[in-house]
Amino acid sequence: MPDGAAPVLDVRGLKTVFRTRSGEVHAVNHVSFSLQKGELLGVVGESGSGKSVTMMSLVGLLPQPPAEVRGGQVLLDGRDLLKISLPELQDIRGARVGFVFQDPMTSLNPVFKVGDQIMEPLLRHMGLTKAQARTRAIELLELVGIPDAAARMSSYPHQFSGGMRQRVMIAIALACDPDVLIADEPTTALDVTIQAQILELVKELRQKLGMAIVWITHDLGVIAGIADRVMVMYGGQVVEQGRVAEVFKHPAHPYTRALLKTVPALHGARADRLMAIEGQPPILMAEPSSCPFAARCAHVHDRCRVENPQRRDLNPGHDVACHWEAPHA
Amino acid sequence: MLDATVAPLVQVRDLKMHFPIHSGVLRRQTGAVKAVDGISFDIRAGETLGLVGESGCGKSTVGRALIRLYEPTAGSVTIAGDEITTMPPEALRKKRPQMQMVFQDPQASLNPRMTLAQIIGEPLVEHTTLSPDRRLERIYELMDQVGLNRRFANRYPHEFSGGQRQRIGIARALALNPKFIVCDEPIAALDVSIQAQVVNLLEDLQDRLGLTYLFISHDLSMVRHIADRVAVMYLGRIVELSPRDDLYARPLHPYAEALLSAVPEADPEQKGQRIILKGDVPSPANPPKGCAFCTRCPKVFDRCRSDRPALVEVAPGRQVACHLFQPQTVPNTSNGPGETRLQQQGV
Ligand SMILES: Nc1ncnc2c1ncn2[C@@H]1O[C@H](COP(=O)(O)OP(=O)(O)OP(=O)(O)O)[C@@H](O)[C@H]1O
Ligand SMILES: Nc1ncnc2c1ncn2[C@@H]1O[C@H](COP(=O)(O)OP(=O)(O)OP(=O)(O)O)[C@@H](O)[C@H]1O
Ligand SMILES: [Mg+2]
Ligand SMILES: [Mg+2]
Repeated sequence: MPDGAAPVLDVRGLKTVFRTRSGEVHAVNHVSFSLQKGELLGVVGESGSGKSVTMMSLVGLLPQPPAEVRGGQVLLDGRDLLKISLPELQDIRGARVGFVFQDPMTSLNPVFKVGDQIMEPLLRHMGLTKAQARTRAIELLELVGIPDAAARMSSYPHQFSGGMRQRVMIAIALACDPDVLIADEPTTALDVTIQAQILELVKELRQKLGMAIVWITHDLGVIAGIADRVMVMYGGQVVEQGRVAEVFKHPAHPYTRALLKTVPALHGARADRLMAIEGQPPILMAEPSSCPFAARCAHVHDRCRVENPQRRDLNPGHDVACHWEAPHA
Repeated sequence: MLDATVAPLVQVRDLKMHFPIHSGVLRRQTGAVKAVDGISFDIRAGETLGLVGESGCGKSTVGRALIRLYEPTAGSVTIAGDEITTMPPEALRKKRPQMQMVFQDPQASLNPRMTLAQIIGEPLVEHTTLSPDRRLERIYELMDQVGLNRRFANRYPHEFSGGQRQRIGIARALALNPKFIVCDEPIAALDVSIQAQVVNLLEDLQDRLGLTYLFISHDLSMVRHIADRVAVMYLGRIVELSPRDDLYARPLHPYAEALLSAVPEADPEQKGQRIILKGDVPSPANPPKGCAFCTRCPKVFDRCRSDRPALVEVAPGRQVACHLFQPQTVPNTSNGPGETRLQQQGV
């Protein structure tokens, strides 16, 4: 990818807050990242670190209230999605930005047939006839590996397995050949062979259509295999970001370093007990004024408890938000 | 270590779960999705049996049918000596605390109008006589165990992230100290550190209380970590059931081999030899004649397209359903499902 080219998606200083009965939850704080045409950005991070909330904020998918996107810019080809009208945003969703939700059961409508749900965006955004949309929907189901696709068009979501529902979500998100695909843990319910098939499909779409992709996952193996860059989130902020090979080889943030150590092995010796990072993540009732990882960090020092570190460049394209100097980076 | 002489806690014999397909204006039954089509296995007390296989092959259906969240079409399931499939409702209600399930879809299994404390506390209200104070104590203890902050107790499910919701489901399943838990993708939505924490917790409980698990997962590294034996399913049937180390060292069934070769490794520089499966993925409504895997098997030969291979013991403790392998000639002494099949075949 030409590094100098303007990004398709450029997110700057995004901040999202929830108002709850017991006060505000500052779920996402000043998150910035960008995405080039055809690029795949992997997003990893602690459960509850704000990955889903970040991505849903981009295209107005969080119910407001209780959510409030309190700051930042989301530039899609230079246009700020946080400023445009709802009808404009609805046109962009589905047509230009495809979204695979983490929880397929809540985003698929239980009372509509699977086929109708895939045809819906095709009819709405692509101006296809019903017959054309049907043909395309079957083709999409086949692409994501649903056997007997034509017959399965008339099934309801509850008649599908967990992984089949997830693949229906992927089919819907891809239906209109979006410029940007945001996939929130899209393969958690898929076995490795079907996952490999989906990853191949994604690779092809990137090459053929230049689709840019954000891929949230806990599977570091997937990140290693398909991502160009990886962004690591912790406590509502980005703590490290860089090219995959570099971050895996020279992780700089203590959270990233601990995360990479916790993966159980497929080959070699089998550990008796798995490594976990001790302690709990912070509850963000206010914007953190100290490093959110300080309480669990192996390299914590005084400064970490009084000053939340800003992201700083280690190398071109690799940055970290940490006061500590990792020995290798 | 496990003792092979311990009587199995869970015994499954020829379990079938077929879902009817209705079509036409009269919604007449025109066929059936054979989600689970005749499977047999044992799980010993204190053992973890891993269950892996392609998406849609019937794993969740097995889990649900085992503890009778579905009414099985045929077959028998006994848990701690009691036949589950024919148990009358009241007896089943009394049995429930012993057998629990962590559901694959956490969102769908949590009541959106209940707070976290109410959700975890519900089975305690239903099946115990704990005082409200003792109950809250137990709820907090469970929240600590799965790494949910106590301050979240009065939040509703939608206020949690995907992984947090999954942990609510785990805490709820553990609430009544069950003997047997079906864990259906219990860690899929968790980051690796919390996965480790949950898996360590499951193992600790197993050591302390002798829990027995059916552990359904796509994560083959995690299955290798937690399971004693692993069953590999394909299209509603078990194609291989082997002790963990044997399976990972040398998978016998060609599907098991392909599955293990496809695992992505957390190392951008390592790209292993993947067996990419080609050919049509069959539908459980219309499975191929012969071996269900014959449409995609890289080692297929004529016989596979006409005869269905039975699951037979081909090496001590290893059962495989594939024409490439011959049944062990030395009869096995255990009374496992493998042997029954061996006799059926007249071997
Ligand atoms: N409606 C809400 N009200 C209050 N807090 C919320 C709400 N939705 C999310 N949160 C909180 O915001 C934080 C970030 O949630 P998010 O869903 O983005 O996490 P995540 O990184 O996607 O985690 P996971 O890996 O578990 O899916 C969490 O701590 C969550 O509890
Ligand atoms: N209630 C139902 N009605 C009709 N068919 C069903 C029903 N539940 C499951 N099925 C079908 O049974 C088959 C097996 O589904 P099951 O959910 O057991 O798969 P699974 O192995 O758990 O898959 P995954 O890994 O994707 O969760 C699928 O073809 C599915 O469509
Ligand atoms: Mg999430
Ligand atoms: Mg399932």
